[in-house]
Amino acid sequence: MSQSYNRGLIEDFARWREFEAGMWAWIFHKFTGWVLIGYLFTHIAVLSTGIPAAGASEAAIAAGNDVYTQTIVSLEGLLLVRLLEVGLLAVAVFHMLNGTRLLLTDLGIGLDAQDKSFYASLILTGAITVASVPTFIAGAF
Amino acid sequence: MAERYSSFQSGGRMWLLQRITAVFLLVVLAFHFFLLHFVHHADEVSFLASSARMESLSYYSLMILFLVTATFHGVNGVYNALVNQGLTGTKRTVIKWTLVAASVVLIAQGIRTANAWAGIGLY
Repeated sequence: MSQSYNRGLIEDFARWREFEAGMWAWIFHKFTGWVLIGYLFTHIAVLSTGIPAAGASEAAIAAGNDVYTQTIVSLEGLLLVRLLEVGLLAVAVFHMLNGTRLLLTDLGIGLDAQDKSFYASLILTGAITVASVPTFIAGAF
Repeated sequence: MAERYSSFQSGGRMWLLQRITAVFLLVVLAFHFFLLHFVHHADEVSFLASSARMESLSYYSLMILFLVTATFHGVNGVYNALVNQGLTGTKRTVIKWTLVAASVVLIAQGIRTANAWAGIGLY
């Protein structure tokens, strides 16, 4: 039988000074999770322009004049969108690396190094994000 | 015996599903990013290219499975986060079914879009 404890709200701002690595990992995982599910809904909404585009003439589709191609090309032409995509990559990579860390923790692997594996997730996220910037902004200028 | 730190209920089916979908998503999300940003590039997107990919049955089925698992993992994650915040009673039931409805709409819209690209008449 599970038992619940009143631990107060983690989100109470003044408590951040008490946090250790594991708590930051929990907060970042939750924050990146909210961003990713929010993005999934937005992503499907934007991709849905493919539905009316499918009714366009073959000539319009071949020329890229359909509403889907035009929408994506217009969005990808904005530097802001490209920068947001880099942010999305950072958020996704952290969630994936920290998620791997959580899966291993659930299996009892690396419990003694859970703080070190959090720092490794952060560093690796930073490295992958920085290395991906040239690819993500290619053609935006 | 080691002390349990997880706030999820032990032995729950949703707990297990959250982890199974996590393992699947780790691989497929990495593939998705790699294929659509590194193999193909953001400024080369077109209906024709998306359509060509989606006409392959293996890609189509992988993307549908990706949509379903990502929706489950994300929406169940949101629900768990809200329950951890102390969501209970009628509010919990209302939010649960609102999230289920949002998931159904998202998956239906995603399948309609995939069908439109794949040239399947149902969209």
